Amino acid sequence: MKSLKLTFPEGPAHKAPMEIFQMGLSGGMKALMLVSGLIALGGCITIKAPEDKIVIELNINIKQEVLYKIENQAQDTIEKNQGIF
Amino acid sequence: MKKQAHTLFHAAAALAALALVAAPAAAQRDPAYQAARTAGQVGEKMDGYLGAVGSIPAEVDKIIKDLNIKRKAVYTQGAQGAGVSVEEFAFGAGCKNIRDTAPGEKYQAPDGTWKTRAAGQPPQRDTRCP
Repeated sequence: MKSLKLTFPEGPAHKAPMEIFQMGLSGGMKALMLVSGLIALGGCITIKAPEDKIVIELNINIKQEVLYKIENQAQDTIEKNQGIF
Repeated sequence: MKKQAHTLFHAAAALAALALVAAPAAAQRDPAYQAARTAGQVGEKMDGYLGAVGSIPAEVDKIIKDLNIKRKAVYTQGAQGAGVSVEEFAFGAGCKNIRDTAPGEKYQAPDGTWKTRAAGQPPQRDTRCP
């Protein structure tokens, strides 16, 4: 009876160095990467608050039908409490 | 000469009619509140409440806060009777409050800015207003 074993036994685990160093980039390339990184940072979009007043649509969920329905009641309410309107 | 007198009479009649229309609401207002409205320090907002237009004296600010509390109480009661939310009822009342502003008074237009009610012209109101 044959004992089972892996065809290609893996070597022991090891820490691989980061690829960027492995690639052996030249000094020039590294500088270019740094510069492009800086450009990218400088290219950030700055969002400024608009000069105009921000319009907030109040009670957007209020339906026109509701306003028609309460039209007379609202009129009565205003007429009965004229001092505060 | 006769024609001129006729025109004058018409102008006077028109003025009297205008005063009659504006009178009921204005008659019951507190004089300080009415003065603040006429001065454009207080405006009618779309949400049914009063707002301060620009920087205003502390007394006027107090009037606004006081009236808005009273309005909220009235709107709450009205909303319960109508079976709608307080905001909905208040908005409906705001439509009318803006409609009933007198020329020279301030109101909030749909774009959120303060406008002065022009004589003989309807105010700019929300399209949902009846």
